[in-house]
Amino acid sequence: MTTYTATVTVRLKRGVLDPEADTTRRALERLGFELQGLRSADRFEVDLEADSAAAARDRADEMAERLLANPTVHDYEVAVAER
Amino acid sequence: MVVAVVQFGGSNCDRDAVRALSHVGVDAERVWHADGLPDDVDGVVLPGGFSYGDYLRAGAMAARAPVMDEVRAAAADGVPVLGVCNGAQVGCEAGLVPGAFTTNAGARFRCERVHVRVERADTPFTRAYEEGDVLDLPIAHGEGRFEAGDETYSRLVADDRVIFRYCDADGTVGAANPNGSRGAVAGLLGDEPSVAVLMPHPERATLPRLSSGDGAGVLRAFAP
Repeated sequence: MTTYTATVTVRLKRGVLDPEADTTRRALERLGFELQGLRSADRFEVDLEADSAAAARDRADEMAERLLANPTVHDYEVAVAER
Repeated sequence: MVVAVVQFGGSNCDRDAVRALSHVGVDAERVWHADGLPDDVDGVVLPGGFSYGDYLRAGAMAARAPVMDEVRAAAADGVPVLGVCNGAQVGCEAGLVPGAFTTNAGARFRCERVHVRVERADTPFTRAYEEGDVLDLPIAHGEGRFEAGDETYSRLVADDRVIFRYCDADGTVGAANPNGSRGAVAGLLGDEPSVAVLMPHPERATLPRLSSGDGAGVLRAFAP
């Protein structure tokens, strides 16, 4: 068994309104920053033991499917690295 | 005849729901989620609140509690299931109802009285009303914007599953939309017709001298 960290990034699908990001962007603009856009995302770093990177990825994928992301509004991606 | 009001950690409208149900003549009791549904359950209410602090997404944690498998099975048996506010979010997260309730378009928590139009009166949850009735109900939510993909939303509309839409006092749909919901959807039926969810709080508009009284009809879905 090897220890991995699976990083699951969950973000809103393109086209889904992101009021939190809009509010943050406006706050940055109030501070005087110039920016063209801002998107927010949630990142989960999951430490796990698995036989292979592929097995670790599969498990993290399932975590995203079953809890971390909501398919109605989210896309997600998984990256796996050995710890 | 007993209606289970399922209490999760952070539910806070469970007592209100029990009192309001009692007021319309329904025998209701609070049930701690980990204790499971009573064997003789005749109805389920998923109450409002902030289950598990709204961590991850509103309703996400409660939706994965084991009791929700029992709720799903009860719904499949035709037992009426009503999700209110956080309970509506739980219902969507649990897959009882398509779509999602997510952050209000204005990014603000909205706590106020709104109007909704009854879109269908031929469901258990709306049979006390006439189609086109305008109800005055309270809302209190930060994540109430109904979202559904194009395909899902078209199917919902084609199947006539929207039961309440936000409107103005005259009943004009879309003239008011406190959270930016797609299609001004305030409440809809689940995949099982015995399931309905809505963001406004009928239990806060049922007891005399509390709000409009307009919510009592929704709770009468559970009346014998």
